[in-house]
Amino acid sequence: MSDSPSPLIPIPRGPLPAIPPPPERRLVRIAIDGQAVSVPEGATLLEAARGIGIDTPTLCYLENLTPVNVCRVCVVELEGSRTLVPACSRKVEPGMSIHTDSERVRLSRRLVLELLASSVDLSAAPAAQAYLERYAAHPERFGPAASTAAQPVKIDNSLYVRDYGKCILCYKCVEACGVDAQNTFAIAVAGRGFEAHISTEYGVPLPESACVYCGNCIGVCPTGALMFKSEFDMRQARVWDESSQTQTDTICPYCGVGCTLTVHAQDGRIVKVTSPLDQPVTNGHLCIKGRFGWQFVETITSDTSPPTPRVAP
Amino acid sequence: MVDPRRTSSAQWARAWLGLHVGSDISLANAMGREIIVSGLAHREFIEHATSGFDPYRDAVAAYTLERAERDTGVPAAAIREAAHAYAKAGRAQICWTLGITEHHNAVDNVLALLNLALLTGHVGRYGSGLNPLRGQNNVQGGGDMGALPDRLPGFQHLENGELRAKFERAWGAAIPPRRGWHLSAMFEAMERGELTALYVIGENPADSEADRHRALRLLEGLQCLVVQDLFLTRTAEMADVVLPAAAGWCESEGTVTSSERRVQRVRRAVGPPPGVRDDIEIIYDLARRLGHDWGAPDAEGLWNELRRLSPMHAGMSYARLEQLGGIQWPCWDESHPGELYLHSRLWHDPLIGPRAPFSVVEFQPPVDTLDDQYPIRLTTGRRLDSYNTGVQTSRYASPLRRAETLDLSPHDGVRYGIADGEKVRISSRRGSVVAPVRYDPGLRPGLAFLTVHFAEEVATNELTVDAICPKSGTSEFKATAIRIDKFQEN
Repeated sequence: MSDSPSPLIPIPRGPLPAIPPPPERRLVRIAIDGQAVSVPEGATLLEAARGIGIDTPTLCYLENLTPVNVCRVCVVELEGSRTLVPACSRKVEPGMSIHTDSERVRLSRRLVLELLASSVDLSAAPAAQAYLERYAAHPERFGPAASTAAQPVKIDNSLYVRDYGKCILCYKCVEACGVDAQNTFAIAVAGRGFEAHISTEYGVPLPESACVYCGNCIGVCPTGALMFKSEFDMRQARVWDESSQTQTDTICPYCGVGCTLTVHAQDGRIVKVTSPLDQPVTNGHLCIKGRFGWQFVETITSDTSPPTPRVAP
Repeated sequence: MVDPRRTSSAQWARAWLGLHVGSDISLANAMGREIIVSGLAHREFIEHATSGFDPYRDAVAAYTLERAERDTGVPAAAIREAAHAYAKAGRAQICWTLGITEHHNAVDNVLALLNLALLTGHVGRYGSGLNPLRGQNNVQGGGDMGALPDRLPGFQHLENGELRAKFERAWGAAIPPRRGWHLSAMFEAMERGELTALYVIGENPADSEADRHRALRLLEGLQCLVVQDLFLTRTAEMADVVLPAAAGWCESEGTVTSSERRVQRVRRAVGPPPGVRDDIEIIYDLARRLGHDWGAPDAEGLWNELRRLSPMHAGMSYARLEQLGGIQWPCWDESHPGELYLHSRLWHDPLIGPRAPFSVVEFQPPVDTLDDQYPIRLTTGRRLDSYNTGVQTSRYASPLRRAETLDLSPHDGVRYGIADGEKVRISSRRGSVVAPVRYDPGLRPGLAFLTVHFAEEVATNELTVDAICPKSGTSEFKATAIRIDKFQEN
């Protein structure tokens, strides 16, 4: 056929689109807790361990971010290595033998968790709480709990609060704000040593910073240091009840990208929107409209403006 | 990055081509000519899969780099560099959005870009292609479902008797054999008195139509206006009947189609407010009142009816959509994975189906011309936290939101003696509005910017021109000639 296409006639079916296969990955043999396993080259020890069902604790690691190796709770013992190695970023090498639950590993994880829990408030970090219990950590032996990093909650905008008394400096928010997702670079780690803290440029309030309120920092925060204002207010009023909430996956109502939104609802009202890390479109990252623009579904716009009713019959 | 404004995306680009609004065809034709004269055209592909190359080559011969520099304001060297980079890339995509399509020659603008892909073979292959980026979560899905004047679901042409007969058999009803009107043609039909009743679902034309005075006059002149919406929008306020509707994305079940043709499930997460109903329930009830009982409304059942009638959706069961996290059409049967990119047929030997035609298109400047009285080019767009006429986004408290401003080059501020933040009267040949000026260094001299998000504060569409593309019906929202005058408070 060589005629020009006519809109009246459907275009015939072509061959299935060819997609280049991913580069072949050789298998690497290693031993994990005495068990021989084969994993693709380039995989991390964390992936290898998870692949055989070993639950390795992590705080600063997330599937959609580049590992920064700062929290040290994922460390494992590598035979022949002087130091423990971070499972989240150390790649497998042929012949490695690692121990994920040795006394040395347990001691190190316990100590790291005790140091964190003794200096910051982990009350809104259920994962960290579970690890503290699992490793029989006693943070109180380092002094009164949560005293050293305690500081006022920063509430300087209508969408989210920053409670750095709960911050473990895991860098996830910095990564999400920067090269791993948003490329906005509104926040970074400022100061050194014990003075190190997450900050906007010159510590200005968020509305004066480069922040575009995508909320991707909240999406990755493991301790509740960054929180939706709406969730914070409900928690303050003691009406936040996660056990009664439903989670439903749907598609964002705004642009044509098609991000999956997980709608968290309590008592038939939307209370929060998140996005699953494994959604292929943006790996759990959203923009301001997707993360915060759902309030039109509810009847009240904000604390200050009068209720705007949806049209009634 | 080609954009009249130096947007935040442009700041990330390797090169920014800040062209004059509406000069896209000159730019594309000059790139095409440069690719041809530099020997970078993909001769085998052109020979194998396209038609009309010779007339195209002859037509673009007049678009030298120097001429395009005059038309577009982009330096010739930058156009040349862009042409070479595009032609030499192993994989290249052209993505565009309303800056291309909201013009009086929208379809020609798109055809000019298609020509470049045909010229270089950057189509029908992995990583290459032509991507109209959709501005709404289901504007693609609307087309898929046949919400177009000349199409039935699955883009099957209404004027093809065989295809129409298939639908008539399935639906047990006669379908008008000729295409209907697109939105702009509907307003023209209102003007002629031929269209007297309008049923508007989830659209706010009272705020969103170009040349708002005319739009309001025509909507007011209707004998019957029915509006189905979440909110009492300005259009709904004018209606004889308002049907309160559930939010499609979180209060009802169904599907949407994203920009990459991915059909995705939307699900009911919360119930609608009392008295508010799902779109499907409303339409079923209307049918019942009109004497057709379609039974109980059921989103999945309707979807399966579509799958029986639209071959490109046949393989997309709800179960597979769930399991695969959405499927990109076409998906011909339940063993078909969907297609990551289109037009693979163009590379098949022998060629499958018709050749892809080059189109001869000529540069036509915007309809609303600049002159001494209206010397500034106003273009429109969105701001990050807001959306269209603000029906949804005005209802959340965004820290990024500030009152609507006329964004203006600081150079023009000095030239016209207007301070940053000063209120001005903005006038076009159709109307005038008042707004404060905000200096934006991303705008070149002679260019101004407004959004349509805040019609209550600044009714931008009182200014815009209803010059429409005769092929697509889109209005030229992107190019209005304006004047700014100092504003005297009374």
